[in-house]
Amino acid sequence: MNARVEPQLLVPLSNRHLDALEEEAIFILREVAGAFERPTLLFSGGKDSLVLLKLAEKAFGVGRIPYPLLMIDTGHNFREVTDFRDYRAKQLEAELIVRSVEDSMKRGTVRLSRPDESRNVHQSVTLLEAIEEFRFDALIGGARRDEEKARAKERIFSHRDSFGQWQPKAQRPELWTLFNTRLQPGEHFRVFPISNWTELDVWQYIEREAIELPSIYYAHERQVVDRRGLLVPVTELTPPKAGETVETRTVRFRTVGDITCTCPVASTAANAAQVVVETLTVDVSERGATRMDDKTSDASMEKRKKDGYF
Amino acid sequence: MAVVELPRRDDAVEHDHVSALRFITCGSVDDGKSTLIGRLLVDSKAVLQDQLAGVQRSGETDLALLTDGLTAEREQGITIDVAYRYFATPARKFIIGDAPGHEQYTRNMVTAASSADAAVVLVDATKLQWQNPGLELLPQTRRHSLLVNLLRVPSIVFTVNKLDAVEDPTVAFNNIQGALVRFAQAAGIEVRAIVPISALKGDNVVEATPGWAGYQGPSLLQLLEQLDVTACEAGEAFAFPVQWVEKFSSSSDTKQGRRVFWGRVAAGGAKAGQQVQVMPSGQTAVIAQVLNHARKPGDVPPGHSAGIVLDREVDVSRGDWLLAPGAHQATRELSATIAWMDDEPLVAGRAYWALHGHRWVKAKVKRIVHKLDIHTLAEADADHLEPNSIGHVDLALQEALPLEPFARSRQLGSLVLVDTASHKTSGAVLVR
Repeated sequence: MNARVEPQLLVPLSNRHLDALEEEAIFILREVAGAFERPTLLFSGGKDSLVLLKLAEKAFGVGRIPYPLLMIDTGHNFREVTDFRDYRAKQLEAELIVRSVEDSMKRGTVRLSRPDESRNVHQSVTLLEAIEEFRFDALIGGARRDEEKARAKERIFSHRDSFGQWQPKAQRPELWTLFNTRLQPGEHFRVFPISNWTELDVWQYIEREAIELPSIYYAHERQVVDRRGLLVPVTELTPPKAGETVETRTVRFRTVGDITCTCPVASTAANAAQVVVETLTVDVSERGATRMDDKTSDASMEKRKKDGYF
Repeated sequence: MAVVELPRRDDAVEHDHVSALRFITCGSVDDGKSTLIGRLLVDSKAVLQDQLAGVQRSGETDLALLTDGLTAEREQGITIDVAYRYFATPARKFIIGDAPGHEQYTRNMVTAASSADAAVVLVDATKLQWQNPGLELLPQTRRHSLLVNLLRVPSIVFTVNKLDAVEDPTVAFNNIQGALVRFAQAAGIEVRAIVPISALKGDNVVEATPGWAGYQGPSLLQLLEQLDVTACEAGEAFAFPVQWVEKFSSSSDTKQGRRVFWGRVAAGGAKAGQQVQVMPSGQTAVIAQVLNHARKPGDVPPGHSAGIVLDREVDVSRGDWLLAPGAHQATRELSATIAWMDDEPLVAGRAYWALHGHRWVKAKVKRIVHKLDIHTLAEADADHLEPNSIGHVDLALQEALPLEPFARSRQLGSLVLVDTASHKTSGAVLVR
């Protein structure tokens, strides 16, 4: 199977469907502001959270976002992304709270089984600690249903028990836009305003709204090793293994997260419009192309979500 | 990749169906819903290589595995909760809600139906006495058809599936079509089309198979490309539930001390100059300015988010309503059709939380008028409603609300009931 849809589809698709997606997301962002006492918006500096922040800017205006931004820092982030996160938070005059997995390790609440282990999964512990510290009752996230099969099942207002666990078999019915936001003490909600957006919608919106992104989302030269078809970036945290050849390739990141499990793809797309076209013609999913940690089991995301992962 | 410039918005071809169509698939267990969606996704090339590689089972592609994403679903081979899928054709974008068929998970099917523009109800030809012209439909086919009709899903399409597995597809389709038409007429359901398909083989799903099972019409996908999205209710008196109140200490775009009331217009349109009455306080004011969802000034039609600035200081908080004066009678009594979704039965005499717009009030079940027998469509006496049943109840509200029949207004005519102890979303309430 080759290209899934042809670029000429861009014409009939236009950008108008984005208006409905935008309106739905803004409605949800305001609902969180109205319905909860202590909400927060998870903000990593990645493209989905930058889209969320743009939507919050439209919903509330600069300097008026009525909840703080929260970043769970694995300590394994791309510098370009964390710098961009700080720049954008400052620009919007938003309060930014950063809690780090390193601190959880110092407290002894996170123990690594080996030093070079991905810290991605351990974010859940730090996240739950932050929820307890600030008594957050709603956490807004930029997850999308097209990312992954377990995500495709999740409600927009996703109820979590006092252990932060998602219970997929006991999800609350979600009728019309009547969101049942009632909580018992210690429970919280995860809220996903861009649930119904696809990777393509996100890029079309970035293009339409001229949203600035960290430079690593666009084509650049980077040292990588080809490991079983994935382009693994050569960094201090991810050195080449014995016998691997380091090459310089023109790449971009489709998704960014923990350095130890995020791979770029070969690409020459240098702006959002070119990424839109490329996204229309790719034949591997966002996670399939870029994540080393999702392949262990078909149910790895579901399992992590049950453990409190976003 | 060569540099390609995106077409600008102004150049984009105007299309009748630019907005995405949200549709659900429903019907009984094993009728092939997940397989149908898998077929739509694969044949419209919306499935990527790594996703397709993940659904190979002993060398064969199991289309159902594309949507059943939960461990328990794969273990049991059933769909428990709605999976949302996205695909596009040259004509339009689609959002599919793949709803579970099991009676136990009807609440998840109702969830998917409440936001759908269309419902595709699958009927499994191999499970019916297809040789018999007077055949009976399965209970879940009836239940799901009644529910999507009750929820006013605008377009209902029946598909008769697995016709590749019966001896005489033409006779089978003919007889099943007859049963569907009889049932739909008895239940007052308007059916948009009845299409014979094979989700497994692909007949009439993406491409039409002319003459197959004696059918000459469009394929399911061709039909879906032509359906309208849910229309907004225009022409009603203005009604607006306040979702969020924005206060300004100082601001350049709004006068000091002014507040903006945000919400989604339930009826009528939001226009500057219009007089409104606040419910429940009864105070009146005039709309000074209307902002659209993204803060741009201008009138806002029903169904869309608006920010409303009033000409004077009045007491308005989240959950209040702004109404055209005298147009909507607020009431504390209502008669409603209810779809019960909780594992605990609905009990006459018990009080629940009710959510209407953005207002929470207590609601007491005064009386169960009757429950609906989904087999005979007869109305039977009842003192409680079991999970997944449909009934007619009288409710008393702690505070008056501006209600309209659901048939006239989705937003003014709908409530959800929430259990006061478990906080579960228990019932979908449709004002009669």
